[in-house]
Amino acid sequence: MARKIIPIGPYHPLLEEPEYFKFTVEGETVVGAEVSIGYNHRGIEKLAEAKTYEQVTFLVERICGICSTSHPFAYIQAVEDAAGISVPDRAGYIRTIIGELERIHSHLLWVGLASHFIGYNTVFMWAWRYREPVLDIFEKISGNRNHYGMFKVGGVRRDIKKENIPELLETLKEVEKFVSMITKAVLDDPVLHARLKGVGALSNKDATDLCVLGPTARASGIPIDIRKDHPYAAYDKIEWDMIVMQEGDVFAKAAVRLLESMESIKIIRQCLKGMPEGPIDNEDIDIIPGEGIGLHEAPRGEVFHYVRTGSGPYPERHKIRAPSFMNVPSFKKTVIGQTLADAALITAAVDPCYCCTERMIATDPDNRLIAQGKDLIRLSQEKTERVKRKLRGK
Amino acid sequence: MQRVAEAIKVEFGEQVEIIEKSAKRIFVYIDKKKIKNIIHFLFVDLGARFSTASGIDDPGYFEILYHMAFDKEGMFVTVKTQINKSDPEIDSITSIVPGAEWIEREIHELLGIKFKGHPNLKRLLLADDWPEGVYPLRKEFPQVRRE
Repeated sequence: MARKIIPIGPYHPLLEEPEYFKFTVEGETVVGAEVSIGYNHRGIEKLAEAKTYEQVTFLVERICGICSTSHPFAYIQAVEDAAGISVPDRAGYIRTIIGELERIHSHLLWVGLASHFIGYNTVFMWAWRYREPVLDIFEKISGNRNHYGMFKVGGVRRDIKKENIPELLETLKEVEKFVSMITKAVLDDPVLHARLKGVGALSNKDATDLCVLGPTARASGIPIDIRKDHPYAAYDKIEWDMIVMQEGDVFAKAAVRLLESMESIKIIRQCLKGMPEGPIDNEDIDIIPGEGIGLHEAPRGEVFHYVRTGSGPYPERHKIRAPSFMNVPSFKKTVIGQTLADAALITAAVDPCYCCTERMIATDPDNRLIAQGKDLIRLSQEKTERVKRKLRGK
Repeated sequence: MQRVAEAIKVEFGEQVEIIEKSAKRIFVYIDKKKIKNIIHFLFVDLGARFSTASGIDDPGYFEILYHMAFDKEGMFVTVKTQINKSDPEIDSITSIVPGAEWIEREIHELLGIKFKGHPNLKRLLLADDWPEGVYPLRKEFPQVRRE
């Protein structure tokens, strides 16, 4: 059968990491896959070597637009680890609240887009509608809906006022109501079971070899979570569960994210209620030469920062590794042998690149257009319709 | 924690120098010829997770740090090795850890270190029209380009 090449990407305004996928298809089946990245390489590691430790906090917040707080969270811990700086308890609780709010809004964003791809546009609208109150909480706490600027070496920049806590708890209740509703709806929906189960499964062995992280790893039966394994901030003072599933398919990845959002709500509520009084900032900061590792479990997995401090005012070396760097290569294992209708969904399932699909163009070897992004979404949505009809027929 | 440090000491003896910075951070110095042995030992035998690697341009030599996570123990073992600047080359670990493919490509293009045995050492991040032989993460590469 004739082979065709389908390029996907690289640019889309919503993407935090532009990527370019090149799929080779035989008829409906994907037989080859390649990826190239770097379209948005800004040389932040190099820039960080010429900025003060304070400035780098703001620099790394601009690495990602969706989970903007993940990088400063890991970075400040790397500096604290290198220079042996202690953090007041209250600051740890506030950091935890920010980190978990981010997880909820990021997972809701993903649920919305993934639903759109399979033709569940109602869920898409509702998920994004209930992402709004989460951003409202952010605004209340930090003054910003995104890029919160909350973190600093030794503590946090803003306190959460006591009089705001009842209101925050009230908004959280609203979010919880929706997240639990959508979680139940997804886990009980026979169409979604039929449509997503067995699609794009990543085996436990491949997940281990490729060192994938976060929900991508936990959906493939690897019980790793930085919050449990390398506790930081207030995570060891709070009760919550790690969500692990075995199947590794798109359904498992969705279920892990949804159930995890429920856990996040649990964590935030405990933090808001149990926050100790006290300072939010360690004033006594002396950055001595050394080296440190900072970790944070971002919505997509472990964010890793390595900082080597010197005698000068700038870091000597600052290594940054985002979770998608490890997760994206896994698509090679998951997408081959699957149908074109599922390719968009599978690449979306690791949550780096759902937006690529809108940039998908299918061409034949002479570069004639055969399918565009919207066609691929249509293919995916039509498959859902077929699954629905089949289920109704039974 | 002790278990991992002890195991490395027993396996490699005189070939390694182990510095325990804290209970959660261990640094292991080893010759670059032994890098595959120690990564194999940590990844396959002890079941560590490969987190990432950092390439560093130090005065006099390049350094590569392999950050291996022990999630059950809640600790990181960082393997450090030095590479000569006149002949920057080291064995690739991708045959042991497939997940290291991208980071080795990144170090290769940004610092100019060759990885022997890498299946596909082409550019990952830099633009196609970036000049050959210019490595932006080296210290001699200026922060601000002056005309």
